[in-house]
Amino acid sequence: MTNELYKSLYELLPQITGFIYPNEIEIHWGILVVVYPYLTGIVAGAFILASLVKVFNVKEVQPLYRLSLLTALSYLLVAPLPLLSHLGHPERSFEIFLTPQTSSAMAMFGFVYAWYLMAVLLLEIWFVYRTDLIHWAEGETGAMKWIHKGLALFSTDKSEGALAFDSKALKTITIVGIPSAFLLHGYVGFIFGSVKANPWWSSVLIPIVFLFSAIVSGVALVIFFYMVITPLTGGKINMKCVDKAVDFLFYAVIVDFSLEFVDFIHRIYQSEEEIKILSEMVMSKLFMSLVVIQVMLGMLLPLGIISITKIFKKRFSLNEDLRKMFYFISVLLIQFGIFSTRWNVVIGGQMFSKSFRGLTTYKMEFGGLEGLLYAFVLLLLPLVILAVLLKILPPWKEMREEGKGLNGETTGGLPAPGA
Amino acid sequence: MSLSAFAGGGRVNSRRKFLRDVLAFLVSGSAIGGVFQILPAKVLAKEAPRKGKWYGFGVSVDKCIGCTRCVEACKTETDVPREPFFTRTWVERYIIKRNGDAIVNTVETKPEGVPDSAADRSILRSFFVPKLCNQCADPPCVQVCPVGATFQTDDGVVLVNSKTCIGCRYCIQACPYGARYLHPRTHTADKCTFCYHRVSQNLLPACVEVCPTQARIFGDLNSVASPLARFRRMNKIHVLKPGLNTEPKVYYASLDGEVR
Repeated sequence: MTNELYKSLYELLPQITGFIYPNEIEIHWGILVVVYPYLTGIVAGAFILASLVKVFNVKEVQPLYRLSLLTALSYLLVAPLPLLSHLGHPERSFEIFLTPQTSSAMAMFGFVYAWYLMAVLLLEIWFVYRTDLIHWAEGETGAMKWIHKGLALFSTDKSEGALAFDSKALKTITIVGIPSAFLLHGYVGFIFGSVKANPWWSSVLIPIVFLFSAIVSGVALVIFFYMVITPLTGGKINMKCVDKAVDFLFYAVIVDFSLEFVDFIHRIYQSEEEIKILSEMVMSKLFMSLVVIQVMLGMLLPLGIISITKIFKKRFSLNEDLRKMFYFISVLLIQFGIFSTRWNVVIGGQMFSKSFRGLTTYKMEFGGLEGLLYAFVLLLLPLVILAVLLKILPPWKEMREEGKGLNGETTGGLPAPGA
Repeated sequence: MSLSAFAGGGRVNSRRKFLRDVLAFLVSGSAIGGVFQILPAKVLAKEAPRKGKWYGFGVSVDKCIGCTRCVEACKTETDVPREPFFTRTWVERYIIKRNGDAIVNTVETKPEGVPDSAADRSILRSFFVPKLCNQCADPPCVQVCPVGATFQTDDGVVLVNSKTCIGCRYCIQACPYGARYLHPRTHTADKCTFCYHRVSQNLLPACVEVCPTQARIFGDLNSVASPLARFRRMNKIHVLKPGLNTEPKVYYASLDGEVR
């Protein structure tokens, strides 16, 4: 293990340019730390999308409500895994809870995470699904009946008073949930933004940029899931809903882009001592991932595509399939863009030396705990969890409400889970 | 409905408003108050205690000949891997050209040593700069460690408890001086300890002891008679990256502006 590390570090030596401190050859936060803010970003973004329905009363995106909650949960469950796997001593990770150093931003992770999981997401999902769980359990037999009964915590109250309480509780949780979602991702940004030793990270804008890129990635991913899952389960995509969600996405991308642009201009205008090495890094090591993928393909191109569908609205509303395709391409591109944003922040921040005189390089392994394969597993794991959640807590009722109406079918009654 | 009911309602409303205002005041007030509480504490943290020891380190750049015996001694003394990617201390070599360009590299600990640059007419000056953990009085690595494994002793030395370090490497990111690394065998953060095991037995750190030119000086900053105090009195002193407000306790004499 150690010998492999030495070998790979020796291989890196010829690729170093300029002078770096001798301890800086190894990049300490690799692909797993890139995956971590990406996953938590999706959690925050998906939750913000869900809150549009409950708090801001945006009726059009109702079909995405439950799907976004389940998406947030499945990504939140995986979010700590990359961090845990990345630790030199994962078996000691509980120390963060037992003896947290209050001055450390990272020590707060467990508490912010637990708060968000327990006090916000799980509660909200429980209140959303409570009556449905009771209904489903009544009409089922076997294991599923007990799963649903258990998930409803054996509550059976379907009275109007209980329903009214549910909806009141939901509203409160969502209102608490929005700042919590902001806290969750703003805090992830703070972990980076507060490292004064690293001028690529150290910026007050970083938590805010993280937050808006989180909203962008979460909203885009839920739209993507909706557009894929609905036809797969025999439903019809509600274009009004997608239009509205893409509208929000569009504005979020514009805000995100503007913030990043302000950060960029600010750095260049201030032009402090690190500016030479940073610009050298952007133009050489990060050119592909930052300029091409993040800015051009991940932001400007989807912004252009969505703008075109907005400008030529009439023509595109006639051709729904084309619009769908455009949206589909845009959300996919945005997803790649945000992933490379995370990459550029995390890896980019470690590629230049703190001596500001040289650049090192990141060589990703394929196998092993710090490798590409494992990162892929972590990126796919939320999908597996989501599939299970969709099976146990089907959101179809809301996803198809409008579609059924359009097809002239009855909208009354609750569909059986898994229908 | 009677008039009194309206009056009661009004009272309830005003009471609610009052409670709301109090809550808002408490939330904002405590937040601001909290910051103000931290501020003086932070300022105090940088000051040396009046009593007891407060260790520091001096480096005389003019005296260093780049022999790297200090690096060798450190690796031997403290079980640092021999590979060049892990080091508690190192020596940088600066070559400043006549046109102002600076060429910097780490002096390798190989027997052939350093190439001779005296004959090169394009060189304006060249010098060696030993580097080590700056043992900051206000250490960012201690601030960021999530479990308190990196800590500062009462005598001002920053140490790592390898039994509780979780290997998250946040301290490595937070160190502006590149002084930390993850030990490949223990998987915990490692760095210069001022040879705390030797110092606590009134011995000098290994690197100081082997330095043939006395370019490295160690001592108690609170003791007026220590060689370090004398070194600070007799030289113009600089520290590395003073703008970051980490208050380093490694003091450099004859430090060139090119050195970061």
